[in-house]
Amino acid sequence: MSEARASVSRVGEPATGGATQPDAAATDTPGASGVPLLEVTNLVTHYPVRRGLGQAAIRRPRRWVHAVDGVSFSLSRGEMMALVGESGCGKTSTVQTILGMVKPTGGAVRLNGTDIANLPERRMRPLRRVVQMIYQDPYESLDPRFRVRQTVEEPMVVHGIGGSRAERQRLTVQALEQAGLRPAEMYLDRYPHELSGGQRQRVAIATALVLGPQLLLADEPVSMLDVSVRAGVLALLDSLRRDAEMGILMITHDLSTAAHFADKIAVMYLGRIVEEGTASEVVRNPQHPYTKALLSVVPKRDPREALAPQILTGETPDPVDVPAGCRFNPRCPVAVERCRTEDPALRMVAGHLTACHLA
Amino acid sequence: MSGLLEVEDLHVWFEPPHAAPVHAVQGVSFELRPGERFGLVGESGCGKTTTILALMGLLPPNASLAGQVRLDGTNILAGGEDSVRPYRWKDIAMVFQGAMNALNPVKRVGWQIAEPMAFHGVAEGKAALKRAGELLELVGIPARSAQRYPHEFSGGMRQRASIAMALACEPRILLADEPTTALDVMVQAQILELLTRLSAELGLSVILVTHDLPVVAQTCSRAAVMYAGEIAEIGPMDALYHNPRHPYTRLLFAATPDLYGDDVVSSIPGSPPRLDRELTGCPFRPRCDVPMDRCADVHPRLLQVGAGHLAACLRAEERADKLAEVR
Amino acid sequence: MSALMQEPATGIEPVEKSAGGAGFFLTLLKDRKAAAIGLGILVFFVLLAIVSPYISPYSATSQSCAVFAPPSARHWLGCDDGGIDMLSELMQGGRISLVVGFAATLVAMIIGGGVGIISGYFGGWVDITLMRITDYLLVIPDLVFAMVIADIWGPSLFHVIMVIGILEWTGTARVIRAQVMSVKERVYVKRLRALGAGHTRIIARHILPQVGPLLIANTVLTIAIAIYLETALAFLNLEDPTVTTWGTILEHAFERAAVSSGAWWAIVPDGICIALVCVGCFLLGQAIEDALNPRLKIAHLSLTRWKIRTLAGRGADAT
Repeated sequence: MSEARASVSRVGEPATGGATQPDAAATDTPGASGVPLLEVTNLVTHYPVRRGLGQAAIRRPRRWVHAVDGVSFSLSRGEMMALVGESGCGKTSTVQTILGMVKPTGGAVRLNGTDIANLPERRMRPLRRVVQMIYQDPYESLDPRFRVRQTVEEPMVVHGIGGSRAERQRLTVQALEQAGLRPAEMYLDRYPHELSGGQRQRVAIATALVLGPQLLLADEPVSMLDVSVRAGVLALLDSLRRDAEMGILMITHDLSTAAHFADKIAVMYLGRIVEEGTASEVVRNPQHPYTKALLSVVPKRDPREALAPQILTGETPDPVDVPAGCRFNPRCPVAVERCRTEDPALRMVAGHLTACHLA
Repeated sequence: MSGLLEVEDLHVWFEPPHAAPVHAVQGVSFELRPGERFGLVGESGCGKTTTILALMGLLPPNASLAGQVRLDGTNILAGGEDSVRPYRWKDIAMVFQGAMNALNPVKRVGWQIAEPMAFHGVAEGKAALKRAGELLELVGIPARSAQRYPHEFSGGMRQRASIAMALACEPRILLADEPTTALDVMVQAQILELLTRLSAELGLSVILVTHDLPVVAQTCSRAAVMYAGEIAEIGPMDALYHNPRHPYTRLLFAATPDLYGDDVVSSIPGSPPRLDRELTGCPFRPRCDVPMDRCADVHPRLLQVGAGHLAACLRAEERADKLAEVR
Repeated sequence: MSALMQEPATGIEPVEKSAGGAGFFLTLLKDRKAAAIGLGILVFFVLLAIVSPYISPYSATSQSCAVFAPPSARHWLGCDDGGIDMLSELMQGGRISLVVGFAATLVAMIIGGGVGIISGYFGGWVDITLMRITDYLLVIPDLVFAMVIADIWGPSLFHVIMVIGILEWTGTARVIRAQVMSVKERVYVKRLRALGAGHTRIIARHILPQVGPLLIANTVLTIAIAIYLETALAFLNLEDPTVTTWGTILEHAFERAAVSSGAWWAIVPDGICIALVCVGCFLLGQAIEDALNPRLKIAHLSLTRWKIRTLAGRGADAT
């Protein structure tokens, strides 16, 4: 199951010594060493299904949610990758595992070559500066009782950086302006409820930027914002990876956004990546039937461009009972006998990776 | 007029304690034709949800309302709550925002669909439950699922069930408030297909309220773009996209990425005005990319700019005047 | 394939100050008459307790008139069985009773708030253990338990404070725990965890302020219970008899047959004071609790309705 990527050696195998290097290496800039910023290899995250007391008493076997089931990808600095899929496909679990909030069942998450998947919290802490997360709901991700100044300063206090109060203020202003809130002084003493949704999300981004991260994880960063300000926040992320050389991993269900702003798109289904490639490759030349179906139902702006939607029946199945063979076969419009028995591996088809027997 | 439902100069304002009144809807007029799918689009706080809640008289006690809502020519709001109630659910029904998460968790789905039938004297007991099963079939859920509880349904099925609930008393008009917002793309496509099919098969008129322009573009034939409690532009969907006459409509489309579009996606600077104070001039002027001096003082009126196409913009007004002169 | 237009951060408008912290209580007092009345009663008794040594007309410990002398111009509330001026005794007793009530409540709030926060925040076996202890204390009848403890420890003011404190934290712990469990699921708390912030910091800076108003509401309500319980314990002779509290005044009057002597002034004013303080606490505490509970603001349960009105002076066509 976890050999999905074995047949393809797309990314040069990292130096075997990588994992044994001291943690300090992870915070260093990799420079020209060729080690990608983030490398996820065969990541597996399973959660136990809660049993009732009765079920535990009769020793019913523990069942597992296969949230992430063998995911591999890599992300370089200055690159934006979109993780696309329906709810329950494992994209949030993948990001939570990378963030270290969930311990993986197997596989590796390498940050600048250091495996952070199983680090104890004490050694993980300094690395938390390197990976920062932006959440979906800017109304929820800021403490309503904290002024913008306190919110943005807090990460520095937690990590003991920024020395004096004046220095922290300077860094706060710098982060706010980097997040597009200019002049920053206008925002410092406001409470979240005094800001619009777009401004709040920018404050949330500033709290991430203030620690100078190399990797940003963005979970649906604009889906709760008004249409009129979404482009601005996405453009900000775009400028961060271009100008500040950050790597950005963005979760989104909106393929149009992914197509417009990401360099790479990975389509997930039931804990696996089923198709991965450059954004234009995946959008304009999809190979996997699931990707094709997803793309066909994205509404177009132009009413004259009538859709020919290929609507799949039902919804993503329960990740507890993963279908045998290809995970997509029960909903696949073109499935054949082989799909019901044999699990397809990701392989290079038409210039990008696809996990489908028929592609 | 050919309208099934005619809304004329609708105003809604709220008087919160310790604060200035908020004028949420400021003179909205439109008509809904039989069997039509009509979109109501705009940013949050533009008054679109308040507008459709006002159509059913579902407003909080601190709300005041002015204007007319005519169903088959009768002003159903004339007598306040008492005069709307008979029409509610029997003629106009609604799928509320987040309705899929508002089902009662301890009652069977079929029972919940049958409940409004008893309220409105449409059917009772066994007959109502049988009808609930038929309604579930109609929205694409097997009738036997009526025996199940909401938690046994997936998100998409719960949304279908809340649509079935709205159809319980065979309304002619269905108001759908952001019916697909929390759903995945595939489920969104399923729900939109269902709404389209229902309006075609049952002759149901649908008002679709959403912030998502492409959804409206693909589902509705006509739409109104709302801004600051007013209609900025209203007309056939095709005209709104290909020939927008209000800068807000144009900028809103430009802020929406298209799957295959290569154009630059840009946001609209600033934020909508607050509605708890009197606005002078054009409400969109501070965010407009082509403002004129006059816009600061003159409040634009909705003027005809094409067949069934109206826009509230002084630039559109100028062009209309010129056209009139030429003629 | 990219968009590089910035959203200029304009259009920020001055907004009214938030209703958090002090503002919350100001609007509360303005909106709810009950809260203002309750606070008024409490402030009156607290001020009286503070200034009583300077204004009390006679000594609260030595005789100044005849035994059970009825109210007169010189002794407004008459005298007790020892010929001590009742008004002076009431003032002195109120001082001690309030101190006992406040101190016991403080103990209860520290234990209850602490247990609630730790239990709700950490969950798991910590939660299970603490909540079982809470459950046991919750089902034990207060007064019986207090009598046993006070009897074992011996009568003393300090013991009474501790007994009441130990008894009265359970309800608070439960309420605070429920609130903490919902606050800790908020995204900003998760964000701070991901940031590497420690538990102490998250609890002190982000969770405690959120449960603060609820804790205050519970404190005010508990004060009433503490004063009531103190009275009961004193009445049952489980308090230091040399100290004057509202409870011991009652007990003395009862023991010395004030009722059968027709000396109502030795009992009634004291009872009214106890009742007033309790009512004041309940009014204020209940008002804070109601204000915190959004479920009580549901509009569709209201009896008033929206109105059809003419458009006078509003909208684009106004004037």
